[in-house]
Parts: sequence; structure tokens; C-alpha cells
Amino acid sequence: MTDSRPPLWLLAELTYRCPLQCPYCSNPLDMAGIDAELDTESWCRVMAEARRLGAAQLGFSGGEPLLRPDLETLVAEGRRLGYYTNLITSAVGMNSARVAALREAGLDHIQISFQASSAELNNALAGSDKAFAQKCAMAAEVKRQGYPMVLNFVIHRHNIDQLAQMLELATALQADYVELANAQFYGWALHNREQLLPSRAQLQRAEATARAYREKLGKKMQIIFVVPDYYEKRPKACMNGWGSIFLTIAPDGTALPCHSAAVLPIDFPNVKQHSIEYIWQHSPGFNHFRGNQWMREPCRSCPEQAQDFGGCRCQAYLLTGEAANADPVCDKSPHHRQIVDIIAASQSGQSCRHDLLLRNMRNSRALLRGRPGS
Amino acid sequence: MPAIRRQFRLQWEDAQNCFVLLYPEGMVKLNDSAGEILSRCDGHSNVGAIVEELARRFPEAENIEADIHEFLADAYDRGWFEEKGWCEEKGRCEHD
Ligand code: SF4
Ligand code: SF4
Repeated sequence: MTDSRPPLWLLAELTYRCPLQCPYCSNPLDMAGIDAELDTESWCRVMAEARRLGAAQLGFSGGEPLLRPDLETLVAEGRRLGYYTNLITSAVGMNSARVAALREAGLDHIQISFQASSAELNNALAGSDKAFAQKCAMAAEVKRQGYPMVLNFVIHRHNIDQLAQMLELATALQADYVELANAQFYGWALHNREQLLPSRAQLQRAEATARAYREKLGKKMQIIFVVPDYYEKRPKACMNGWGSIFLTIAPDGTALPCHSAAVLPIDFPNVKQHSIEYIWQHSPGFNHFRGNQWMREPCRSCPEQAQDFGGCRCQAYLLTGEAANADPVCDKSPHHRQIVDIIAASQSGQSCRHDLLLRNMRNSRALLRGRPGS
Repeated sequence: MPAIRRQFRLQWEDAQNCFVLLYPEGMVKLNDSAGEILSRCDGHSNVGAIVEELARRFPEAENIEADIHEFLADAYDRGWFEEKGWCEEKGRCEHD
């Protein structure tokens, strides 16, 4: 099967290197085993080929994309090709000269991630003493230089009770949008799930706070609140359908239908061997879960399959062992019990921040060593 | 005079064969008439001039003035325009 719809989104994960150590990072646990990064020329070719197919949004992320000295070159090329260019950064490694150079290169928007609204908690979660002050200074600089700015807070049980303070901070920093996105359980977040999943009471309080601020601020600042899908009865329409609009390129050139898909037992193509056109339209990896022929029950005969496409393939694989199963978040899934049990266990409120495994290369190597056969 | 907000970019896309509005991490595909109207919201033409020009270009279109006002009010509600000097009141669109 081939697909003639164009990809709309190209996410360029430039590197897995990062000065921070967020325990909910969506990067793969085995990132220490992946080292060779694509060079400037290859990224330029990838951007040009994806743009020819129709991609219009371009995100630079990682890891920390600022660690790439060629970031300005890549932004300039992306902008020249006609992309709307987004930088997704921790702001660590940023300074006013670089903000200006990126502006000069044509960068359209900057998203800065925060770990919390206070220096103490932010820095503990990021595993860095200086991160919070740096983020605040750079957010102010980004606005001063006239960019639209999104602030992103990944939410979990250790910071969800400070939602109001986060929104105050975002207001003070004049964010145009603020994303309060509950951790999604992939990569490091899945490993740390027990310590991250908020309780139902926490979630309800947070939703009420987000609603109150939305009313108060109106159009001045858009507030996007993403609930953890574990608390839903239906799965998210993951990636708007497999291979439908998203194209992610991992640091080593592996092309993926979403940034978590590397965990699946599927052989994904690499841009070093193939063109983006082949990858998007013809590669077995990208056609694997297109359409609905792959579905099993209960999805196969379900009237809702056009709404959620059976949910997330990675979540189905990670929690049920079979990627073609229904996403177990769905209460029609025979595996839904697992989710119910995890939620029940998270209501007690007992869990310690110090049990979180930090995301860094040392811990990644230890996990690699501890896993038989890898 | 309506002007598209600075963080948005209106652009013609060959692959989609339509105008799209791009903004931080998102994109809206515009139908033909939305594209025709928005591509004239450059901060230099008032609503009257936009209506006049489009009426001249599409003489067969009925109710074009009402349609344009309705679209602009809706676009304003979605936050696509700079606030100043434009549609101060939600859902109303009578400023030029
Ligand atoms: S989530 Fe944290 S650790 Fe992961 S790439 Fe972003 S800043 Fe780095
Ligand atoms: S059974 Fe499958 S298709 Fe139906 S709602 Fe659940 S996940 Fe979606």
C-alpha cells in the first residue's frame, strides 16, 4: 500500500545529547547505544526532500538541539525552503547572541521547557543547579527579541499541585501559549511511571485551575492542558494515524512515524540509505499500520476506529506485547485491567521524588548492560 | 485594518493546493474563499477595500459582504489577528 497524502510535520531530532536529565524524557532508554549523528549536509537533504513532498512544519528537537553548532545553518536552510521553523529547547546553552543569530537565520518560534515553577523543584527534576535561572532569563530574552513563545511544562505527580504558580510564571514571562502536558508513558517516563502518574484528585484540581486561568486570561495566553491518557476511556488518536502527517528523523537518521516508534519490533528505514519519498510512500515501516487491515478485535469491528485508529501502537506494544492490539487505554481492550490497576495503585500518593531514575547517558549505559542480549 | 498576527504566517502550499496558516506547532488549511480574504489582511487594506476588491473579482458571488464579515469575526475569535484597532468587541466586525 502506498499513501499519496503528504507528511505535514517534519521533526528533526538533531541529537540525544542533553545537559538536563528529566526523568520523564521521551528519548529511548537505550540512547547511549546510538551515537553517530547525521551531518549538516544530510539534514539539509532530508529537509529539502520532505518539503518537496509537502511538509510545512519543521521542528528542531532532541536532546538539546542547541548542542549542534550547525543549528543556525539548519534553521536558515529550513526557512529558505519555506518551512515554519520551531525550536524545541531547554534553553540551557542559549544566550542573547544565539537568540539573535537564530532570528537572523529566520527562526519562527521558540518553545522553552520548564520542569517546575520554583527553582528548587525545577533544578532537582532537571538535575542541574543553574537551569531555572537560565530558563527565566532566556524566556525574557526570547520575548524581548520578538519571537512568539511557547512554554512547556511536563506535568506529573511531583509538580501538578503547582499548576497555578506555573501559569503565573508563564504570564509574567509573557508566553503566547503554555502547554501543561501530563507525562506520556514512553521512554524514561515509562520506566518512572509509578513515581510520575498523578492521582485522580490531583488531576481534577489541576483541570479546575487550568479552566479558571483560561477564563481569566482569554486570548492573551492560550493554555493547553493535556491529561494523562491513562485516565481516559478511549485512547488518543495517536499521531493522527500512523504515517498520516508526522515524520520524525532520529539523530542517527532512522525515520519514524512518531518519536517513540523505535521501541517497536519493526525495521524502520534510515535516510542514509533511502530518500524521504521512498520512506514516506513505499517503505514497509511506514505502511505497517496505515489503514485498518492490520487491526485485530476489538478494533477490527469497532465503529470508532476512524476516530482513534485503535490508539497508540507503541503503547499497545509496551503494555500488551503486541503492537497490533488495541491501545489498552481503551476500556474495550481485554488488557484495560492493567491501566485500571496502575491507576488504583497511584491513588495512595506514596512515592518519593528521589526514586526517580534520571535520564542520562550513565543510566542509559547501565540499562543497556542490564538487559540480556543487548 | 485587519492584519494577521505576527506569530502566524500565511503561505501558499503547492502540495496542498491551498493557502495555509502556519503558527507555533500548528497549521490550518484554508478553503479558497478564506485564502482569498486572509491574503488581503495585510494591515494596509480596510475591510471596505477588501470587500470591494473581492466583489469585483468574484462578481457571481452572492452575499459576499456578509460572508466576509462573518469570516473575519470568526477568524478574530480564533485569535488570528493583531488585537489593536480591530474588532475590539468579540463577534462584531464593523471597524475599518
Ligand atoms: S526532556 Fe529533559 S532530558 Fe529530555 S531532551 Fe528534553 S530537556 Fe533533555
Ligand atoms: S476498540 Fe479500538 S477502535 Fe474501538 S475505541 Fe477502542 S481502541 Fe478505538
